[in-house]
Amino acid sequence: MKIHEYQGKELLKKFGVVVPRGVFCPTVDDAVKAAESLGGKVWVVKAQIHAGGRGKGGGVKVAKSLDEVRQYASQILGMQLVTHQTGPEGQKVRRLLVEEGADIRKEYYVAALTDRATQKVAMMASSEGGMDIEEVAHSTPEKIIKVFVDPLTGLTDAQALELAQGIGVPEASQAQAVDTFKKLYTCYMETDASLAEINPLILEGNGNIKALDAKFNFDSNALYRHPEIVAYRDLDEEDPDEIEASKFDLAYISLDGNIGCLVNGAGLAMATMDTIKLFGAEPANFLDVGGGATTEKVTEAFKIMLHNPKVKGILVNIFGGIMRCDTIATGVVSAAREVHLSVPLVVRMKGTNEELGKKILAESGLPIITADSMAEAATKIVAAVK
Amino acid sequence: MSILINKDTKVITQGITGKTGQFHTEKCQEYANGRNCFVAGVNPKKAGEKIFDIPIYGSVKEAAAETGATVSVIYVPPAGAAAAIWEAVEADLDLAICITEGIPVRDMLMVRNKMKQKVAAGGKETLLLGPNCPGLITPDEIKIGIMPGHIHRKGRIGVVSRSGTLTYEAVGQLTEVGLGQSSAVGIGGDPINGLKHIDVMKMFNDDPDTDAVIMIGEIGGPDEAEAAQWCKANMKKPVVGFIAGVTAPAGKRMGHAGALISGGADTADAKLAIMEECGFTVTRNPSEMARLLKSLL
Repeated sequence: MKIHEYQGKELLKKFGVVVPRGVFCPTVDDAVKAAESLGGKVWVVKAQIHAGGRGKGGGVKVAKSLDEVRQYASQILGMQLVTHQTGPEGQKVRRLLVEEGADIRKEYYVAALTDRATQKVAMMASSEGGMDIEEVAHSTPEKIIKVFVDPLTGLTDAQALELAQGIGVPEASQAQAVDTFKKLYTCYMETDASLAEINPLILEGNGNIKALDAKFNFDSNALYRHPEIVAYRDLDEEDPDEIEASKFDLAYISLDGNIGCLVNGAGLAMATMDTIKLFGAEPANFLDVGGGATTEKVTEAFKIMLHNPKVKGILVNIFGGIMRCDTIATGVVSAAREVHLSVPLVVRMKGTNEELGKKILAESGLPIITADSMAEAATKIVAAVK
Repeated sequence: MSILINKDTKVITQGITGKTGQFHTEKCQEYANGRNCFVAGVNPKKAGEKIFDIPIYGSVKEAAAETGATVSVIYVPPAGAAAAIWEAVEADLDLAICITEGIPVRDMLMVRNKMKQKVAAGGKETLLLGPNCPGLITPDEIKIGIMPGHIHRKGRIGVVSRSGTLTYEAVGQLTEVGLGQSSAVGIGGDPINGLKHIDVMKMFNDDPDTDAVIMIGEIGGPDEAEAAQWCKANMKKPVVGFIAGVTAPAGKRMGHAGALISGGADTADAKLAIMEECGFTVTRNPSEMARLLKSLL
């Protein structure tokens, strides 16, 4: 689960990381009032959307007067902000963050994430702050310093100092950098984050270290023990069909193609999508109905897939293990009836009670096309939508 | 022979009294030598009772001491699952198989590092399979986990995969083309897990009763590439490889917690390329895994 920058900064602040003074603003008037109350001569007006690359897309502006604050806030609020992470349609800006200006002497990068290979927490830092870190990793990998933290001991002073020195923090500010890294690590662990990134982390003219941005992602398996993080969820930033699916415990992700697919198991669902592409079409979604594919879940899954106007056909691929094929077939038939299915439907069922399942489909009177293998199913659905 | 388990393996079930634990314990008991293999359950509140004729003990340690069991299977719900794994490790079992899906990653990080610390300090190593996995099966001998037993046939092909239903798909295809399986192993879909592809490939390589292997992976993480590199130098048997998720977009978690593209090296295309380079026979068509393997024998 992702959160906004202003929420991330609230979290960092709670763990003692220094962030600029700022105010969350839902309206233009609030933005002007916020600038007034913050005081000073320079303010930053920042669009709050979950996608990165906001600055390049025109979603971050430096204002040098209250009039400029009003002007930028009106421009940004409500705009369709397009970044490399939003897709061409962009994301509507519904929230702003207004912050005091910062005196930036140097920009750094620091992040915490879980490293699968070592099964430790990787703390990464770079002297190349403010840039796209994947670009840095690609062109100048030597400028990224990494330490691997054993979660049983935590980030040690020596490791934090290695990071600070490695990215060239001046000696006078190293103690502050070490303190910041340790607090970021603690924040990462205690909130069950899967990513905590500060880009840029800045060195101010006076030598202080401050987090100018905050990007978080959280482990959805651990949200049950973090109601304070769940409260940060912004449904406006999520795909409405994915939200609907999550209510029924369906793993659903919207894609760009025109073949809807309904599968049990995440790996088989991906393999089904890949097969559709292999045979000349594109999948419209990823959908894992899980082990307990009840009639109710299958019906909801059909509704969600058909909510996508691009869907021209549906492929159901079920490997009946514990879940029997006849149960699935009954679910598919009743779902197809309930939603008055009007696009071609190909069903491939394998496993327990396969023959009985096929019989139920055949005797339903519905124009359901059956197939024996994934490849055959994909061939048939691709032909049916052409 | 087979890998990790056989008809003589004695198994403790942690979480045996829960709905999932009960359901699958009964199925495992019914499969092949299951009635002799599943010898103990654990639940501190129900110690002394029996379920399906299986005695329940207060702790894994006690269950192991009383029955001589060396393997445990875990159906404990996510919030307590990492603690259940640690209990199996502290009881010095050979293998713990964790079926539970949805364990917080931090809990897995902690227990994995505790396991490594124990071994580094000279303690006995307990292997972990999973979490978020279907378990493993040696056909006609023993099934530990949630896979449908009847699709398997005894034979000489090894199967290893991160995904449950995709393992069944491969097994189903093998059985259909007349090839049985030595063992089929689901290593699970979580980012922080126990046995990885490379570990299972090493075991299949050493198993005299395995002739060839189907290795199935998916997007996210470095494991398949690591296994392929090892195989390039060491594997003596033919391997068919498939990676799911060529069509998966970057940055989206595809059902499995670990199925997330996070860089350039963990896409399906990148993994397929490495596997091919390392001598695997790879396919982009998951419907032909078994036929392809048969052509190599």
